[in-house]
Amino acid sequence: MLIELKNVTHVYEHERGTRVLKNVNLEIRENEFIGLIGHTGSGKSTLAQILNGLIKPSEGNVIIDGIDITKEKVNLQRIRQKIGLVFQYPEHQLFEETVYKDIAFGPGNLELDPEDIEIRVREALELVGLNYEEFKNRSPFNLSGGQQRKVAIAGVLAMKPEVLILDEPTAGLDPQGRRQLMGLLETLYKKEGITVILISHRMEEIARLSTRVIVLCEGKVQFDDSPEKVFAEVEAIKKLSLGLPEITEILHCIKERGFDVRTDIFTIDGAVKEIVSKLRRKDIC
Amino acid sequence: MALIEIKGVDFTYNELETPALANINLSIEAGEFIAIIGGNGSGKSTLAKLLNVLLLPGSGKVLVDGMDTADEKYKLKIRQKVGMVFQNPDNQLVAARVEDDIAFGPENLGIPGPEIRKRVDQALELVGMAGFHDYPPHELSGGQKQRIAIAGIIAMEPDCIVLDEPTAMLDPKGRKEVMDTIHFLNKEKGITIIHITHFMEETIGADRIFVMHNGAIYKEGTPEEIFHSISDIKRLGLDVTVVVELAERLKKEGFNLPDVLTISELVDCLC
Ligand SMILES: Nc1ncnc2c1ncn2[C@@H]1O[C@H](COP(=O)(O)OP(=O)(O)OP(=O)(O)O)[C@@H](O)[C@H]1O
Ligand SMILES: Nc1ncnc2c1ncn2[C@@H]1O[C@H](COP(=O)(O)OP(=O)(O)OP(=O)(O)O)[C@@H](O)[C@H]1O
Ligand SMILES: [Mg+2]
Ligand SMILES: [Mg+2]
Repeated sequence: MLIELKNVTHVYEHERGTRVLKNVNLEIRENEFIGLIGHTGSGKSTLAQILNGLIKPSEGNVIIDGIDITKEKVNLQRIRQKIGLVFQYPEHQLFEETVYKDIAFGPGNLELDPEDIEIRVREALELVGLNYEEFKNRSPFNLSGGQQRKVAIAGVLAMKPEVLILDEPTAGLDPQGRRQLMGLLETLYKKEGITVILISHRMEEIARLSTRVIVLCEGKVQFDDSPEKVFAEVEAIKKLSLGLPEITEILHCIKERGFDVRTDIFTIDGAVKEIVSKLRRKDIC
Repeated sequence: MALIEIKGVDFTYNELETPALANINLSIEAGEFIAIIGGNGSGKSTLAKLLNVLLLPGSGKVLVDGMDTADEKYKLKIRQKVGMVFQNPDNQLVAARVEDDIAFGPENLGIPGPEIRKRVDQALELVGMAGFHDYPPHELSGGQKQRIAIAGIIAMEPDCIVLDEPTAMLDPKGRKEVMDTIHFLNKEKGITIIHITHFMEETIGADRIFVMHNGAIYKEGTPEEIFHSISDIKRLGLDVTVVVELAERLKKEGFNLPDVLTISELVDCLC
């Protein structure tokens, strides 16, 4: 599925005309893993909702597989089945009385057999690490913050979308839940060929899997490049209220002390190797 | 007397069989900086809500400055002593102007007008937002909004502030601003801080960390004590910080490193 944004500008009407997206041009190809970052209020969530047709931009075109969805009479329902969006705030997404009904809602619109729906609900809950029997009859509103987040993610996974947009999905998840979700995204992206668009304020998550990082600043695309290139712009990134993955920050600090270590490394494994090869011979403490 | 004392507390939500909290015993001294970590559903938010009378214990006692939260006559007094900041500032900011938002809490306490104005100014000053009186809260950045939410609590002059994942939705700069603000309030104003977080690195400056698991306090200790039993932490589905993990891995590679917690300690030892 190919998504193109052409000269997209957006104004929320009651917001006294401020343009929260300014002339955004993007092309998102099949099976990309995109990290979308930017300061608070930079327009990430607005962009996410434009990408799956929930918000119609004030100006510009959104073209999905050749069809301009900003035009009249486009079946947006079908678009949203293929482009799943996990909302930034799970409470904006959950609405049924039970966890089961909530997750079954999306697949219910896909003309599946009831047994298939049950299988999907079960699978989706397992994928996010919640026990089916324990949670299926719970009210989604009487869950802990992290459990709610997981149910919201499961609801979108159960639709099996071709493009998965996740708006800060790891906020509120515990470290294990975060690791599980990142592992799941890796599998969906690598094994099932899904396109993933991940919004996060955690730079290490963005750096780990993204093939392409898009940086928004005040509604404009400031960078659109590989994570290595984007996170090499240390000064600019910090000026934009962002930062480096912590492991990369550590390598930068070592480099400042005069060691010639690489600073385009985003994993602990990689950093260990690099430090061992460059600092080994020195007497330590 | 401890500022907060929890004795043998159980709590079970109506529809559930398993208790959300089971036999909690802890005490927190005035002026402490406490971090609470624990897996999803381990009971952190439930514990927080017991502290400012949003929930009452099923059994056992919660005492704030000696006052029993189950005693109706102390409810307002306790809420004045223990303020609460939630994850999403949007749910907490109600007024059209920053100033009115901060005045809201003290007004409800029946504080007279001139005193309120003084408190608003002081609170804004304290969180580094002096001069933002007339701003509409929705035009502020996430970090700024969260600081206004904290100012709203400060204006009630609490002895203790409980923050339930206050940085979860903030960009890296906003997160740092909020952490700096709460450390400042703790150090300079002596306000007791109880900080619930899933960001392990945010707990490093705390006096003590409580680790929750399945509704119980599984462990309690200084950051050194908690993060240097790595396998223990990981077994609970939690994690150590990147610095601790990297140092540990380097030790296995033969580097002779002491226990470190911060980037600068680690880099000083390495270089
Ligand atoms: N429904 C709305 N009505 C009016 N203004 C809005 C609305 N939603 C967002 N805005 C404004 O649009 C701008 C962009 O908001 P958006 O939510 O897209 O930012 P974001 O990058 O997702 O930020 P965050 O990191 O805080 O989630 C902000 O200035 C915000 O205040
Ligand atoms: N309003 C409620 N009604 C019924 N059960 C609830 C309610 N709120 C929480 N629970 C349950 O109580 C347990 C503890 O929840 P709590 O919100 O205290 O966890 P938490 O440690 O804050 O988790 P998280 O990290 O996900 O925010 C969980 O099993 C949760 O499902
Ligand atoms: Mg957003
Ligand atoms: Mg919670």
